[in-house]
Amino acid sequence: MNNGTLKKVFRYIKRYRILLLLSIILAAVTVSLTLYIPILVGRAIDYIVGKGNVNFDIVLKLLLIIGIIASITAFLEWLMNVINNRIAYHVIRDVRDEAFKKIQILPLKYLDKKPPGEIVSRVIADADQFAEGLLMGFTRLFTGVVTILGTFLFMLSINWMITAVVVLLTPLSLLVARFIANRTYNMFKLQSEIRAKQTSFIDEMISNQKVVQAFNNEDKVQEKFDKINEDLEKSSLRAIFYSSITNPGTRFINSVIYAGVGLTGALAAVSGGITVGGLTSFLSYANQYTKPFNEISGVITELQNALACAARIFELIEEEPQIPDSDNAIILNKVSGKIELENVEFSYTNRSKLIQNLNLHVKQGQRVAIVGPTGSGKTTVINLLMRFYDVNNGSIKMENHDIRNITRKSLRKNYGMVLQETWLKTGSIRENIAMGNPQATEKEIIEAAKFAHAHSFIKRLPNAYNTVIGEDGGSLSQGEKQLLCIARVMISLPPVLILDEATSSIDTRTELKIQEAFAKMMKGRTSFIVAHRLSTIREADIILVMKDGSIIEQGKHDELLARNGFYASLYNSQFAI
Amino acid sequence: MTKLLIYFKGYIKESIFGPLYKLLEATLELFVPLVIAAIIDKGISNGDISYIIRMSLILVGLGIVGLVFSITAQYYAAKAAVGFIKKLKQKLFSHIQSFSFSELDTIGTPTMITRMTSDMNQLQTGVNLTLRLLLRSPFIVLGAMVMAFTIDAKAGLIFLAAIPVLSVVVFGIMIWCIPLYKKVQERLDKVLGVTRENLTGVRVIRAFNKEDDEIKDFEDKNDELTNMQNLVGRISSLMNPITYVIINLAIITLIYTGAIRVEAGIITQGAVVALYNYMTQILVELIKLANLIINITKSVACGNRIQAILEIKPDFKHTDKAPVQLKTDIMVEFKDVYLRYKNAGDDSLTNISFKARKGETIGIIGGTGSGKSSLVNMITRFYDATKGEVLLEGINVKDYPVEQLRNKIGIVPQKAVLFKGTVRENIRWGKNDASDEEINEALVLAQVKETVDSKGGLDFEIEPGGRNLSGGQKQRLTIARALVKKPEILILDDSASALDYATDAALRKSIREMHHACTVFIVSQRTSSIQHSDKIIVLDDGAIAGIGKHQELLESCLVYREIYNSQFKKEGG
Repeated sequence: MNNGTLKKVFRYIKRYRILLLLSIILAAVTVSLTLYIPILVGRAIDYIVGKGNVNFDIVLKLLLIIGIIASITAFLEWLMNVINNRIAYHVIRDVRDEAFKKIQILPLKYLDKKPPGEIVSRVIADADQFAEGLLMGFTRLFTGVVTILGTFLFMLSINWMITAVVVLLTPLSLLVARFIANRTYNMFKLQSEIRAKQTSFIDEMISNQKVVQAFNNEDKVQEKFDKINEDLEKSSLRAIFYSSITNPGTRFINSVIYAGVGLTGALAAVSGGITVGGLTSFLSYANQYTKPFNEISGVITELQNALACAARIFELIEEEPQIPDSDNAIILNKVSGKIELENVEFSYTNRSKLIQNLNLHVKQGQRVAIVGPTGSGKTTVINLLMRFYDVNNGSIKMENHDIRNITRKSLRKNYGMVLQETWLKTGSIRENIAMGNPQATEKEIIEAAKFAHAHSFIKRLPNAYNTVIGEDGGSLSQGEKQLLCIARVMISLPPVLILDEATSSIDTRTELKIQEAFAKMMKGRTSFIVAHRLSTIREADIILVMKDGSIIEQGKHDELLARNGFYASLYNSQFAI
Repeated sequence: MTKLLIYFKGYIKESIFGPLYKLLEATLELFVPLVIAAIIDKGISNGDISYIIRMSLILVGLGIVGLVFSITAQYYAAKAAVGFIKKLKQKLFSHIQSFSFSELDTIGTPTMITRMTSDMNQLQTGVNLTLRLLLRSPFIVLGAMVMAFTIDAKAGLIFLAAIPVLSVVVFGIMIWCIPLYKKVQERLDKVLGVTRENLTGVRVIRAFNKEDDEIKDFEDKNDELTNMQNLVGRISSLMNPITYVIINLAIITLIYTGAIRVEAGIITQGAVVALYNYMTQILVELIKLANLIINITKSVACGNRIQAILEIKPDFKHTDKAPVQLKTDIMVEFKDVYLRYKNAGDDSLTNISFKARKGETIGIIGGTGSGKSSLVNMITRFYDATKGEVLLEGINVKDYPVEQLRNKIGIVPQKAVLFKGTVRENIRWGKNDASDEEINEALVLAQVKETVDSKGGLDFEIEPGGRNLSGGQKQRLTIARALVKKPEILILDDSASALDYATDAALRKSIREMHHACTVFIVSQRTSSIQHSDKIIVLDDGAIAGIGKHQELLESCLVYREIYNSQFKKEGG
């Protein structure tokens, strides 16, 4: 096990150390009391010997004590459970909060590389496993060990010989369990392989069910499915059956131990080494003593698993965050829209240089177009402007301030952005449009939607502006989502606009209309436009032509055409049939 | 859940023998306290050592027979559970395959996949456990009571009183908790949703400076989850302590009654020990039962989710009788067709009427969401008209057996979907028995023969989702897949979007020159793809804005002219 991880785990538990201490004490007390009751019962039985030979005074006294102890035990056990739950759930909450806060300040360099599903599973599943597995596992391990020790001591106090019988025979059940687990390992492996195969088949066919039906291929697909299904049935049956022998096996060993106790106990009783009541206590111990053994091996794997989960979520929490805003960072208020890039150098990896020596002076109200084939790195420039990534060398200045000396918040407030990746929040259409300006009135929202040509499809939705869309827009088409993203920006109208393939999923005719709206919006505002339709960027003041990650040409449309370089060939290919 | 029981058919013997053998084993367990009592009363009090040894051997014997019984039970239970799930999976899969497109849309792919996979796994575990244990625990509890009665009727009454109280506590707490567990799950889903959203939308959230709002939102949802978990925790933690107290009260009463009865000479000391042992057996079984029931509740929830899907009766009505062929040269006709999707607020297509003659090429153009795909999807009956009728060779598409209908049509869907398998297997989706010659012919027509050859020919393995092919390559293969069946109608639903203009043009040319006459529908946003069509249908907002040839529409149709200009306007235009 990893000591480093354990240390970090304690950091989170430390806040609840008093509760934890309480829990440990309670566990020790309840286990001892639980174990003490059979002894009292045994004693009581010793005073119920036979006809006319019952000592009621003592029996009643013992029964009263049993009643009191049982009540106390029950209450303490409940308290312990509540405390354990509280520790576990609060630790999960703390870990999740911290992980989520971390996500907000992680550099995009990290987030872009990691699939979202992976991070989500750390925050949700791993956090659960960690807290429940570790804390519940710990308490179970602890009570298990206390039970074993306690039982052992109590048994020893009654009779050492019978105790020896129990202690010597118990490991047998562990051996049986281990033996079966080793034998079934390969069966489970085979089962999970076939299951994975079936899952990917189900995934492929159900996801593309429409194609299956369009080609009348249902029968063929079903046939293939049935085949895998039968294979799975066979391997599952083997794996499940053989592994389910473990329980009867260990229980058999336990019954042998029970018989052993019965035999040695009875023989001892005949020779007066133990009372009948003592034997009764012993028999109930024999059952209790073996149970934790069967559990402990399971608990240990659970603990190991929990620690592995903990390590994964800590890895996320400890990931290096983006460089924080410096203390004396400037808060930029409304700006004119002057942006300068000086000797900018940037690359995503250390090996290849992507952008080198980029100089660009954008005056207020100018339109900058970035063009180039797919994958040529047009979005990179946007990433740098918004400070999603930091430049490696050189500087980007807004209103003559290096953007690294401006708070991220105030920098980004001055940008309005529409990206190719249309992302919408779970919530109503209204909430999504108002994201750009939470104070917006109903009228402003509808106006923005009309401006973005989204109004007509919105009003066709079941609840119009109140229609709740799920994560990632749900049933809306790509184009419709893009229109909403445009409306979202239209409502706030910041001084600098960034349009990254903002109309890529919209048909050309609607696009034309939106271009008009954009044109109105861009008036007096600085704008950066990434587009693959050259017709939409002809009127730009500056065109940056990118290829394979670097800027190869820069200038106005006519200049670039006259140069007859890459831009010219791009432009001509668009209209060649 | 109950309706799923019919899938036990074929495994009835196993489903009965499993629990039965388990009960036999449990019965043996119930004899153990009796043997111990005998050891105490006869063996110890008489000092009869050989009797003690015999009785101990009986204990071991009971263990061995129990082992055999329980292994048999495990085998039958596993066989029944696995077999049941196999049949259920088979049925659910074929049921999903019978859904219409609008049902597929409303149910949603992820749900169906979860139900086919994780819900099924949970249900299998549940069925297996149920067969093994569900009868056992109540049996032991009741059996212990019966045994108590055989020892002493008065002591048995204590069992009779304790068991209902215990059951009320156990089931009461569970019934209380189950809806709360559901709430915990719902709140967890919300926390998960926010996390996911913040990862997929990180750029937008940062661009709009929403980090702090999001953190607050997350913390609120996280606190709600924690509070609910604590509440459920407090309640469910009551179960063990309360049952423990009840059992101990019963033990106290039992020993006290026992003491009186022994004093009166009605029962022996060993009998009291046996009664005590029965009571502790009940405690152990109750704890097992509680865990089992939690597991079963989860499985029942999964079973219900599976049943919910099975209960959706495909709304797709189709006949098996081939219609009488009519003599006509009209291939496809739409008569005043309206289409409204399930749960939609408004019509997606309104009042569509047109005719397509055999051998004609029909172009369909219009903006995003104007209804182009909806229109062609009605020819194949992926969606049925809400009003009006769609005719194929003069017969309503609803009067064709759906197989016959779809065999006439080759469709190339918008999303280029290929399946794991070789190129040959993928193209054969179009025609099951296509020869290599036919396949190659289709590949040539679809302008993809050279690509396939360069990759190693028809045996080239395509990865799931066609990951090892480019968008354009996938598109051309899906076109070949549709062409191989030599359809009477070919529908290209914006399926050349990833092709460059030259390939697109070559493709259209080769389709025009195909040997057999074929009515072609081309859906596109590019005017260049459809301008040579015999008829162009211009859609705007779900309605027809114009029908005609390219030149006519340029003159008469404003929408068409706008689309055309947006793509062909050169400098100064």
